[in-house]
Amino acid sequence: MPDTATAGQAILPAPFGNYSLDTSFDEMFQSAGIPREHYQALYNQLLNLPADELRHRKQAADLSFLHQGITFTVYGREEGTERIFPHDLLPRIITSSEWSTIELGLIQRITALNHFLRDIYHEGKILADGIVPREVVYSCKHFRRQMRGLQVPKDIYITVVGSDLIRYPDGRFVVLEDNLRVPSGVSYMLTSRHVMKRIFPELFQKCGVRSIDHYSAALLSTLRSLAPEGRHEPVIVLLTPGVYNSAYFEHAYLARQMGIELVEGRDLVVHDNIVYMRNTAGLRRVDVIYRRIDDDFIDPLAFQADSILGVAGLFNAYRARNVVLANAVGTGVADDKALYAYVPKIIRYYLGEDAILDNVETFLMTDKVQREHVCANLDKYVVKAVGESGGYGMLIGPHSTSGQRDEFRDLINADPRNYIAQPTIMLSRAPCFIDGQVEPRHVDLRPYVLFGEKITIVPGGLTRVALRRGSLVVNSSQGGGSKDTWVLHD
Amino acid sequence: MLSRVADSLYWMSRYLERAEHAARLIDVHLNLMLDQSSISGEQRWRRVLQCLSTSAIQNPPTDTQGIMELLMFKPGKGHSIVSCIGLARENSRQVREQISSEMWEQLNRLFHEVKRPEVERFWDSEPIEFLHSVREKAHLFQGVTDSTMSHGEGWQFIQLGRFIERASATATLLDIHFSAMTQSAEEDPDLDEHLEWIGLLKSCTAFEAYCKVYTAEVNPTRVAEFLLLNAEFPHSLRFAIDMVHSALIAIGTASPARKADRAQNLTGRMRAGLSFGQIDEILAGGLHGYLEGIQRQCVQIHTAIHQIYINYPIQSALEA
Repeated sequence: MPDTATAGQAILPAPFGNYSLDTSFDEMFQSAGIPREHYQALYNQLLNLPADELRHRKQAADLSFLHQGITFTVYGREEGTERIFPHDLLPRIITSSEWSTIELGLIQRITALNHFLRDIYHEGKILADGIVPREVVYSCKHFRRQMRGLQVPKDIYITVVGSDLIRYPDGRFVVLEDNLRVPSGVSYMLTSRHVMKRIFPELFQKCGVRSIDHYSAALLSTLRSLAPEGRHEPVIVLLTPGVYNSAYFEHAYLARQMGIELVEGRDLVVHDNIVYMRNTAGLRRVDVIYRRIDDDFIDPLAFQADSILGVAGLFNAYRARNVVLANAVGTGVADDKALYAYVPKIIRYYLGEDAILDNVETFLMTDKVQREHVCANLDKYVVKAVGESGGYGMLIGPHSTSGQRDEFRDLINADPRNYIAQPTIMLSRAPCFIDGQVEPRHVDLRPYVLFGEKITIVPGGLTRVALRRGSLVVNSSQGGGSKDTWVLHD
Repeated sequence: MLSRVADSLYWMSRYLERAEHAARLIDVHLNLMLDQSSISGEQRWRRVLQCLSTSAIQNPPTDTQGIMELLMFKPGKGHSIVSCIGLARENSRQVREQISSEMWEQLNRLFHEVKRPEVERFWDSEPIEFLHSVREKAHLFQGVTDSTMSHGEGWQFIQLGRFIERASATATLLDIHFSAMTQSAEEDPDLDEHLEWIGLLKSCTAFEAYCKVYTAEVNPTRVAEFLLLNAEFPHSLRFAIDMVHSALIAIGTASPARKADRAQNLTGRMRAGLSFGQIDEILAGGLHGYLEGIQRQCVQIHTAIHQIYINYPIQSALEA
């Protein structure tokens, strides 16, 4: 391992004065003061740019985000709930060979998970063969029995995926979790690239960065490929919960980029199992719905009855195959954090291959031995509620108080199925521009996978960064920010 | 275009027009109160309340500050200037992607400005300034709208909202004013009355335009003629209905599948009446009845638009 603790003591030239290495993998430096080859250009640029110039560029970037109205909503706080997404000035750079491993690994993983979804909603072979215990599937709160035996177009359940990858201290990428329901954040990837091109044009060109601009077009053609048979000019819409949703900016942004209508539940009506949108010119049939509403809220007749976000009768129209939902209903069962532990076995079962991207070691709280071990060592583990996302419902052992640990111990014992534990992993660190200095901060990576007639992964993703020093939580709702992610050409 | 979007654009524009109208009315009124007059302040305020359709409120306050508080700040659906601006903004927020960012910025700024920052200081620092600022910003918004948004179907719905609101508010204003002045509606008004007529014209920003047509000699028949039948003045009833009519024709062309006969017939008839109407005949037939008819027709047009484009029954609109 090149990153040794002693190497971290060396004093580096400004603006790297505060940059010390620790046991986690450093994206930029292979050892103190020696940048990795693919970071050399950025390193030189940072050494040569006066601090004022960097600050100036940071301001320009912030202003650009502000003017574009790139905001997200934080729930549970009254004042100032709409915030500008914090953005770090420095790009996170990934080499082409690292990327091809990620790409192959994700394609393999998504393909297997899609097989799994088809299987559990039909024959259930993997359950009969005892690879995945039935109770893990049936006790999952995202399992939708309404989907049993339902044929989805081209057998594609998960059209849009955003998996979270992290980097072990040895530099390997591993999957931390999968997001198979309505992953968000892709608009930050696209807009932050847009801003970075204006802020660092020379560097951008020098590095040879692969383009991500085709994401919207790829998403549109993926959605189009799912259209019901016989609908040659399918009408595609994006269904949003409305302006009060935290990701509304993204919904509006994507709809505009794809040139499709942004609709709310109240814009749609179902008549004779056909979905229409209400236009001034009359009703217009809708063929494909890219929905950004959770299963529970999508149709009050089929799911949560008090939902006013959804469309009454939508699920019946879906069942009649007159309309396509992307992602399909019930995909959440495959990104359940307890099921996650079985994904390597799922890959081997359906594809006969070993997983290219490893999982993080995961302890199931339903297992008595594992549970007792974790409960006795809560200060070393990260505990997560299986159905939660966005950094809610989570305990980070090493950063917790004994009161919090007691609370989680009780929660785990009360409902073991609802929790898993993972060892605390030092996420890799990347250089960030903080208060005029370049300092390392922990990052993860969320690439976006599109699964239609073929699988498309635009070379890039959302790098989320824990902007607080030492923090391991990268979620935007918990004080995280984002970085542009540059995947280089060969 | 989505019906919901059309509806939001329509109401955004209607509420803003309503806020501007109220601001103008109160402003003119405050001005009139400065002059000595035989007409009591209380009577005047009652008239303003009626014009702004807030007379239905139980036990309205009788003191000036109380009434202004009500007209300017009362929360609730479209009662006060601030609530109208809030509703206009809320509607535009729902369709932020459909309007230009300049429009959104303008409306958002207006909203934050009027949100009543410091109560105590407000009454010292001249409500007039507040009213001026509302009018100015509302005018700005209209200008920004016309010059930054495509004049497509959405813009036509904005036009509809603005001019239906204007037509109906103008009709109400005229009706109440003429009813109050009817006892003394002679050709040669005394000084107090003279000021009242000028007040009416100013409430429609019409004083200068009136003078250009009829000179500064103000008499009730001409005031009525100008505000009802003038073809060129943007706050006259005829002008407003002309605009409603042409917006409806444009929307009909953009959405030909909908049968818009009813709305177009209604406006067409109204338009013909206003184009060829003679003020003598209208006055002889009774202005009150005439204006009531106008208001009723405005409601009918609104309802027809809603039924044709926004909330139509599904059966009437299934694809052939």
